[in-house]
Amino acid sequence: MATSRLEQHPILTVVPRADVPFTWEGQPCSAKAGEVIASAVMAHGTRVFGHHHRDGSPQGLYCANGQCAQCLVSADGVPVKACMTAVRPGMVVARVDGLPLPPAVDGVRALRGVERLEVPALIIGGGPAGLAAAKQLGAYGVRTLLIDDKDRLGGKLVLQTHRFFGSINAVYAGTRGIDIATRLAREATAFETTSVWLESTALAVFDDGWVGVLQGGERYVLVKPQVLLNAAGAREKALAFRGNTLPGVFGAGAFQTLLNRDLVRVAERVFVIGGGNVGLITAYHALQGGVQVVGLVEAAAECGGYRVHRDKLLRAGVPIYTSHTVVSANGTAAVESVTTARVDEAFRPIEGSERSFACDAVLVAVGLDPVDEFTAKARAAGLRVIAAGDTDHVAEASAAIFGGKIRGLEIARELGATDDEVPTDWLRTAEVLRAKPGATVAREPFSADAGVHPVFHCDQEIPCNPCTSVCPQGLIHIDEDDIRQVPRYLGEAVAAACLGCERCLRVCPGLAITLVDQRKDAAFPIVSIPFEFDGAPLREGEAVTVLDAGGEVLGNVEVARVRPAGRGADGTSIVKVRAPAAIAGRIAGLRVQEPSVGDALERYQPQLDGDDVVCRCERVRAAALRGCIRAGERDVNAIKALTRAGMGACGAKTCAPLIARLFAEEGVGAGEVTPGVRRPLFVEVRLGAFAGVGEP
Amino acid sequence: MSAATFDAIVIGAGSIGVPTALALADAGLRPLVLDQRPSLGQGAHKAAIGGVRATHGDPAKIRVGRESLEVFASWHEAHGDDIEWVTSGYVFVAYREQEELAFLRLLREQRRHGLDIDWLDAEALLARVPDLVREGLRGGTFSPGDGHCSTLLAGQAMAAAARRAGASFRFGERVEALLCEGGRVVGVRTARERYAAPVVINAAGAGASAVAALAGEVVAVKAELHEAGITEPVAPFLGPLVVDVRPGPGSANVYCYQTRGGQVIFCLTPEPPIFGEELGETSEFLPLVAQRLLRLIPRLEHLRVRRTWRGIYPMTPDGSPLLGWSRAQEGLLHAVGMCGQGLMLGPGVGTLVARMVCGGLEVDDHDTLRAWDPARAFVGQEVLR
Repeated sequence: MATSRLEQHPILTVVPRADVPFTWEGQPCSAKAGEVIASAVMAHGTRVFGHHHRDGSPQGLYCANGQCAQCLVSADGVPVKACMTAVRPGMVVARVDGLPLPPAVDGVRALRGVERLEVPALIIGGGPAGLAAAKQLGAYGVRTLLIDDKDRLGGKLVLQTHRFFGSINAVYAGTRGIDIATRLAREATAFETTSVWLESTALAVFDDGWVGVLQGGERYVLVKPQVLLNAAGAREKALAFRGNTLPGVFGAGAFQTLLNRDLVRVAERVFVIGGGNVGLITAYHALQGGVQVVGLVEAAAECGGYRVHRDKLLRAGVPIYTSHTVVSANGTAAVESVTTARVDEAFRPIEGSERSFACDAVLVAVGLDPVDEFTAKARAAGLRVIAAGDTDHVAEASAAIFGGKIRGLEIARELGATDDEVPTDWLRTAEVLRAKPGATVAREPFSADAGVHPVFHCDQEIPCNPCTSVCPQGLIHIDEDDIRQVPRYLGEAVAAACLGCERCLRVCPGLAITLVDQRKDAAFPIVSIPFEFDGAPLREGEAVTVLDAGGEVLGNVEVARVRPAGRGADGTSIVKVRAPAAIAGRIAGLRVQEPSVGDALERYQPQLDGDDVVCRCERVRAAALRGCIRAGERDVNAIKALTRAGMGACGAKTCAPLIARLFAEEGVGAGEVTPGVRRPLFVEVRLGAFAGVGEP
Repeated sequence: MSAATFDAIVIGAGSIGVPTALALADAGLRPLVLDQRPSLGQGAHKAAIGGVRATHGDPAKIRVGRESLEVFASWHEAHGDDIEWVTSGYVFVAYREQEELAFLRLLREQRRHGLDIDWLDAEALLARVPDLVREGLRGGTFSPGDGHCSTLLAGQAMAAAARRAGASFRFGERVEALLCEGGRVVGVRTARERYAAPVVINAAGAGASAVAALAGEVVAVKAELHEAGITEPVAPFLGPLVVDVRPGPGSANVYCYQTRGGQVIFCLTPEPPIFGEELGETSEFLPLVAQRLLRLIPRLEHLRVRRTWRGIYPMTPDGSPLLGWSRAQEGLLHAVGMCGQGLMLGPGVGTLVARMVCGGLEVDDHDTLRAWDPARAFVGQEVLR
């Protein structure tokens, strides 16, 4: 099983970093400066981080986001989350098999107690919403404390190599997520009144209105804000299926984190569960990182994500199976294959339709749950709290940026820093940006027989219009008032003509615009295709397979020229192919993955080992929980007492939605169910921090 | 509409109500347990940390405590379900002369009542609990027969046993009235239904006063708030449950133990006491308890705190329970005011209530009932509250 560090990436710059020596299970290893333990050991090919204390089953990284505690390891004798703990030079890192023994401490240490701090505005989360709010608050001179649990600002934007939707005016559309993160962070922190605490985790909102924060991963500080903005984002939903605790089953975000943030390739062949935007984008990121995507299943009849994201995968050669689900992840120590099945109308697997695919990772992307615990607790405590971004409404980052901006202004107003009201058009824009994908619009087939013209392959109403902003001739139109409309090419309707500048190709987040140039040869026009993979293997004269927007193979054509992603092109190269006029207007992309990658195994692999795990932390299986429900239990707190489900390290963040789903599957309405009581802490922190013990 | 009829109605499915229902059912009665909450033990019960000891400071508690301890310790063997019982022993540590003298004085009393308890000098104590701070340690008491269990599993197991023995449970039903005929209780009315029974037992914990008020009676129960926390599980290292009764800033004592699953549960008694029924967690608790714990057992430093919670101690003026028949309403029995010891006293209280209801009180029971008379004059304060 070869896992490795990326040496190059079509979009990301691989910056050389200093090596940090450490040991893993006694073996000398090396991390990159600033890297967390999880990424460093996985870069050396390790998938199993230890064995669970309940059942001895292997466990490894799952969320890579400090939420789930499956990546427990011992660092210099102290149990830590590998995904949140940076490697220090000489660190001795080892597996945790069963329960770790706490290190002995010699005598009473100096305890400095806990600092208390009052601030006008506290923002939890330095992602798109939190940064946009901070920027707004900064502009009004409101003293603001922004905390984030990672070591850099940007939230999940730092994982996003693709260009963003929305509009350039409102939310940096057409710019890659990673670049938006940098810009937004710079703009948000440019104010003297703004303080930023990185690697600082909000642990609790207490009933007396104080917020417990672990500052810099070490120092516990109590903060009392006049207004709390919860911009903590969302966490990935889990899914219960057999083998779901095997190392190699990752949250999709975890895989993205390792690949795009840490440049560590933790798998060679991945299978993706879920056809929402997260699943589709993760699959695309995998391809960009040189990882094969064996397939993607979506339980619904259509992928829920943007069609342009789906189409990028289909064109690349990734099979997408709708009305399919995952049955099991199979393997002994780690994932070796996945078994899928077709589902009926009730989303139950249809027996006899199972198929297995060899893969070494299964990426779970079945939706997001808002991180709303701070909001709920603050409300109960009577603390003024506002939610922004995914915490408020799970949607695209563009919506989070704009929503955060609105929340920032609202808070500034509430704190008396301004009388400005939120403009009504902002509210309208926020609503548009939050919109789910809308109708599909039939497009006229390309019919020009001369000149040069852009061809639009996006046919679904989504909030996006950067193409209209970049056309120097003003030839591309979307109504400013509703950017969900699909773009229209004005063509001969205006007294201007396409210059063939390719700006619209490069800016389109969906890679859904091509250019057909018939000026030299109308029978064999040149088709320009935006391309975000490593373009080096493509050479002039080489044959490539071209596909239409939905992934139908149109044939093999010859590469005429490759315009690499040079300066200013920001990672997007343009591949020009020479194609017959009959297909030129339909060509939307090039295949990057061989069809054989998606081949199923000859026989399906049953995962015989037990039932699906619902509570990972305590290894509580679905059968035990269903038993409680069938015995008449309707109080999640009672089920917890009986089974320990929800009593583990993650604080029921992972299993609570799954248990709710089990109730639904058992025919029990949500109104009959008493939810589990949520209490602090929301993240486990060592006792020493609360006493004010210094760095050991 | 004729009401469903039972032999007894127990109000409250908590630390007292559940073992009481079990004892009544074991005595051949058909009791009904009513609770206003959606399921078992959702009041003060689930906040109990799980410590169970017979080493109390007064004879009545010692008697009832011993009977309870026996039930917990033998539960697995007797009933088959695992309540994660561990006979860990309790240690009360003495770092100052005043605690040393108080414990030694109490020790003589405790032994006179037949308790298995010893004084260990500093070295012997450190051999049992090597992670205690050595500096200033004078010694402590060790009662090897005490222990701890999972509160949640114990409650569930006892309720299951009570059901098997013939008890019924109804949840989400608050008792709104006592039904009386000819000067005695004949049942209760909830928002949903009426239930008939010749005996009604008030085991409503912090809600005891509200139930007593239905009979126009006042019981001296006042809700006091305590907070507790639990860490991640680690390999066993702690041994006995450790209690430190030295007063500290904001606290009267601190105690902790390691569960059989490896988690450390800790708790302190706020000083001055906090009265009320607000279960929200305070920002003071963790800094306060962490400093106290690390000055007692420094090795706890690296254990990560998983969860904190707040629970209610239904306190009485003298720190002892209220157990006895109502003076205002015949057929009503109060088993309330357990002062935070409901879990560890519950089974003993339950069997005593069964003897009160069914007859067969033993000689010592009369002493207990005198000491715990709800209408007693409250003087003094239990030493090991």
